[in-house]
Amino acid sequence: MSDALDRPDDQDDAVPGRPDQPVRAVPGGVSRDGMTPAGRDPGAPTAAEANPGELLPGGPAPTTAVPDSGAASRVRAERAVLRLARPYLGRLVGAGLLAAATEFAGLALMATATWLLMSAAGRPTLDRLTVAIVAVRALAVSRGGFRYAERLAGHDAVLRMITDVRARVFATLAAGRDGAVQRTGDALSRLVSDVEAVQDLLLRVLVPGAAAALVSLLAVGAAALISPPAAGVLAVGLLMAGVALPALAAVLTRRAADEVAPLRGALAVDAVDLTHGAADLAAFGATGIALAAAEGRAGRLARLERRLAATGFAVDAAGVLVGGLTAAGVVVVALRAGVGGVLVGVLAVGALAAVEIALALVGAARQRAQLRTGLSRVAALLTAAEPAPAGPAGPAAAEPAATVGHDVRFDGVTVRYRAGAAPALDGVDLDLPAGRRVAVVGPSGAGKSTLAAVLTGAVRPDDGRVTLDGTEVAAYRPEELPRVVGGLLAEAYVFHASVRENLLLGRPRAEEAELTSATRAAGLLDWVRAQPEGWETVVGEQGGQLSGGQRQRLALARALLAAPAVLVLDEPTEGLDPAAADAVLASALAATPAGHSVLLISHRLSGLAELDEIVVLDAGRVVQRGRHAELVAQPGWYRDQWLLQEAAERGYLALGPAA
Amino acid sequence: MNRRPFDPRLLRRVPAARRDLAVLAVLGGLTALLVVAQATALATLLATALDGRLHRPALAGFVLAVAARALVSWAQGTVAARAAATVKATLRADLLRAVGRHGPTWVAGQRAGQLATLTGRGLDALDPYFTGYLPQLVLSVTVPLAVLARIVLADWSSALIIALTIPLIPVFGALLGWQAQAATERQWRRLSLLGGHFLDMVAGLPTLRAFGRARAQVDVVRRMADGHRQATMKTLRIAFLSALVLELVATLSVALVAVPVGIRLLSGGITLSTALLVLLLTPEAYLPLRAAGSRFHASMEGLTALDEALTLSATPAAAAPAGTPQPAPDGHGEIRFEGVTVEYERTTALRDVTLTIRPGERVAVIGPSGAGKSTLLNLLLGFVTPTAGRVTVDGVDLAGVDLDAWRRQLAWVPQRAHLFAGSLADNIRLGASDAPDPALARAVRDAALDEVVAALPDGLATVLGERGHGLSSGQRQRVALARAFLRDAPLVLLDEPTARLDTASEAIVLAATRRLVAGRTALLVAHRPALLEDADRILRVEDGRVTELTPAPAGKGS
Repeated sequence: MSDALDRPDDQDDAVPGRPDQPVRAVPGGVSRDGMTPAGRDPGAPTAAEANPGELLPGGPAPTTAVPDSGAASRVRAERAVLRLARPYLGRLVGAGLLAAATEFAGLALMATATWLLMSAAGRPTLDRLTVAIVAVRALAVSRGGFRYAERLAGHDAVLRMITDVRARVFATLAAGRDGAVQRTGDALSRLVSDVEAVQDLLLRVLVPGAAAALVSLLAVGAAALISPPAAGVLAVGLLMAGVALPALAAVLTRRAADEVAPLRGALAVDAVDLTHGAADLAAFGATGIALAAAEGRAGRLARLERRLAATGFAVDAAGVLVGGLTAAGVVVVALRAGVGGVLVGVLAVGALAAVEIALALVGAARQRAQLRTGLSRVAALLTAAEPAPAGPAGPAAAEPAATVGHDVRFDGVTVRYRAGAAPALDGVDLDLPAGRRVAVVGPSGAGKSTLAAVLTGAVRPDDGRVTLDGTEVAAYRPEELPRVVGGLLAEAYVFHASVRENLLLGRPRAEEAELTSATRAAGLLDWVRAQPEGWETVVGEQGGQLSGGQRQRLALARALLAAPAVLVLDEPTEGLDPAAADAVLASALAATPAGHSVLLISHRLSGLAELDEIVVLDAGRVVQRGRHAELVAQPGWYRDQWLLQEAAERGYLALGPAA
Repeated sequence: MNRRPFDPRLLRRVPAARRDLAVLAVLGGLTALLVVAQATALATLLATALDGRLHRPALAGFVLAVAARALVSWAQGTVAARAAATVKATLRADLLRAVGRHGPTWVAGQRAGQLATLTGRGLDALDPYFTGYLPQLVLSVTVPLAVLARIVLADWSSALIIALTIPLIPVFGALLGWQAQAATERQWRRLSLLGGHFLDMVAGLPTLRAFGRARAQVDVVRRMADGHRQATMKTLRIAFLSALVLELVATLSVALVAVPVGIRLLSGGITLSTALLVLLLTPEAYLPLRAAGSRFHASMEGLTALDEALTLSATPAAAAPAGTPQPAPDGHGEIRFEGVTVEYERTTALRDVTLTIRPGERVAVIGPSGAGKSTLLNLLLGFVTPTAGRVTVDGVDLAGVDLDAWRRQLAWVPQRAHLFAGSLADNIRLGASDAPDPALARAVRDAALDEVVAALPDGLATVLGERGHGLSSGQRQRVALARAFLRDAPLVLLDEPTARLDTASEAIVLAATRRLVAGRTALLVAHRPALLEDADRILRVEDGRVTELTPAPAGKGS
């Protein structure tokens, strides 16, 4: 990946440090140093212009965030994003002017050099040419300087703005106002790249677009001073290159994306089916059929891409033609109008260069067409970020009392994730007075994690209520509730930070001794001590440098450090082997202060003998409850499961070994 | 990482693209000639315009050259895109075929995700490589050569200066590249840490919220984003500076050529049209080299995807069966494991297992997870071959048989069946694509899927979302059972069919499972006591070893 930074002469303004950037085709990258079209790649109007994020396999896209993709909504999205640019308007305008200066210097350089040569042919005295010679030198050097300054200023302004965008987007997400309940990993990394679409909008579309427009105007103005008819021809050429062709390119890009997207999506699904379903296909002898279908689709996609490329590149070809014809037209018209020979040359070379600059707008238009979906997603988040009341219950929100113990009650709690679907929780009653320790067990999908989510306020019951000290959980402020209710929840996240920072999330002002005892209870202390950097050991992205077991212990230690009065532990020993799981569960329970209540969610049944109550959930209902000894004695899910688990883990089964 | 601008394996592996690439090279040469022609015509046109005359042949030549260049540039783009499309389609087919060739154990786990991404959209990164970079690469060779050749004819001293200065571009580019790379490597750790921070925070939001820290982190996000900006600017300053140096090198080289030309023009030592030609052509010689360099990065992603695809699809299949495969044995035959050992890369799944399964027997397999239960089934499925020992059916070694034919004797109900994006009926017909409707209806009934079907909007024609999105675990498991019923095979393999089910679904699936194993030879990995009740024998797998248990009457405790 370090190659991402090794680009000394990069024109495409990608910013380093984007390891998570998804595939994004960059047709029409704006190469702005061409004076004549020879070496310039016209930019590739490939069919690769569908937003790849839309086609990701796995996880339905939160389509709600994408409004209709009409022109009006696109403009709205751009406005919403650009509102954030206001504080940096000065810098951005400066960057735009510098970009214009760069292009203009290039144009003037060619024009002046032509003037110089053609005048020299008349063999004047050298001093008549001195000014022009100095100008050529100055323009040649200043063009590079302008470009350098422009790039720095532009990137500086845009990166400052991105900082704001990130903070705003994060604030919206943090406040839970984005509407989307759960985001998959793909949706998350797409969100990150969407934010970067803002950067592209400014650096690759608006700044170069504005500069090209400004230079075009200046060029027409300068030409008009020499010969109004020639300026007219130039204006027509520039309108073609800078308005008509970019508009056409944008339409074609959008249309291509719309045509290609469904096929690409289908192909992505094929790829998932053939890889993740490889075993099923092989076992049922269906690999051949599926393969043939996928290959057929890949072939159809290739044919479509070829067809679209033929029309897309016609725009670039037209651009070349417009440039040449404009120059030729200028020469003819200027000669007819009796313009002096030297100036005819200046006009012709200048026209070629000017059209070339205007053609940069074609690339910008393509880029802009590609950014539309990403931008509207960001805009949806930014507009949602308008100030909102602090909590669901407003300023009157309840604050938990500062006492040690808290009483929790579930009263006929029903949760339905989708209308019409079976309820995840179905009329659950549960009493968790201060100091009580309750385990919730049951088959997967029984509603155990939903129970925890309702208690921590992450999910609201559709029916019934959950109260903390008599007040409904929903009435507490989102920042206040976690002080009292919380712990180790499903899919606890380990941040790419030091062990200490990950732990301190549980209690920001914890002391060393508290860290040590929580870590010891989770069985992670020996590992931490064995690390050369101890508490400062950085755990990799999403805890990737830790084993599954260590991750789980770290999350558990964090929950124990937080030590809320109502401690929720959702599968605290997941990923640990049975012996370690028993030991960690015992020490975690022992480390919980007296007077604090515990809600333990587990699919394993060992280590529950000491708990005050065990609740068996099945399909959202409480089917059994009692202490371990009682439940083992009566027939039912608990006893079946207990016997089986003992058999699997310890090897003694009701069925003895064969003789 | 592979930094070569062109991967020669491409020509070998995608022969269909050879012609397009050759055409691309020819078009590159043509472009160079047209650049020269256009400049020559323009120089003549302007030189005569000095006297106020319109040189009509030159004008016609100029317009013709421009029109031809437009046409060639269109052809170049179209051919490049065609090559990209061909290469992508070929590689996609190759990758997917590799999955079929290697079998499901090769593709399992992380590789499945990598393959799916690569085949799905990873390869689309080749578009900028083919349409942006490759044509530019060709031009960076042809254009300087054509320009030099033309200027040698017109004015050899200018040509000499160009020939001496052109190498400065790649040389400086490489020197500055190293410099910039060293600078960015110093920053790299910091950059990637800061750059990844936002994603990390967003991904961990539920946890932040659970600790009531979400709002407090907004400032941290801002601070880190600001740190990222500063670190980025530091590296950009160096990167942009090297771009500036390259631009100045090119500009100064042009000046080196232009100044003597101007002086000679003043003294009458050169004609105006030659001087103009030199002025118009010289910048063209330097431009393509720099443009190709700047496009290299945009195509890196494509090159990486290409490298991955070529490497993955070329992995040789492990132990390809020698000679023609033997005809498959009958699934009603006796199954024998003879001293079977299966070793994976890091673990040994089965150690020296010997056992016999007689026709019609229902054998349950229990044991802790990871003990090797599924490997037992995978051996019979042909997904895994023994490292030592052999598995025979009816006396025929499975290692040498035609696997597709043998698998026709099997029905398999995995722990978590993959449902395909297609109609429910197609999903059930997976192993019997031409099964008639009545048979399908019977399988649906036997698998207790009929009530599920009745509740769906379009019944059996209902199109399932990706990976069977929209069905619950219990329903998916019943689809898998229906597949097995429709397959109607003599040997049934079930891998914990009731894992992950709630009690109500479990009862339904269990009943259907009993119907399925009736009258068939069955090997079922069990997790529930209820499944054991019907077994004729119970095998216990632990740490790769298989021991036999005799069933005790149901319902007795320890």
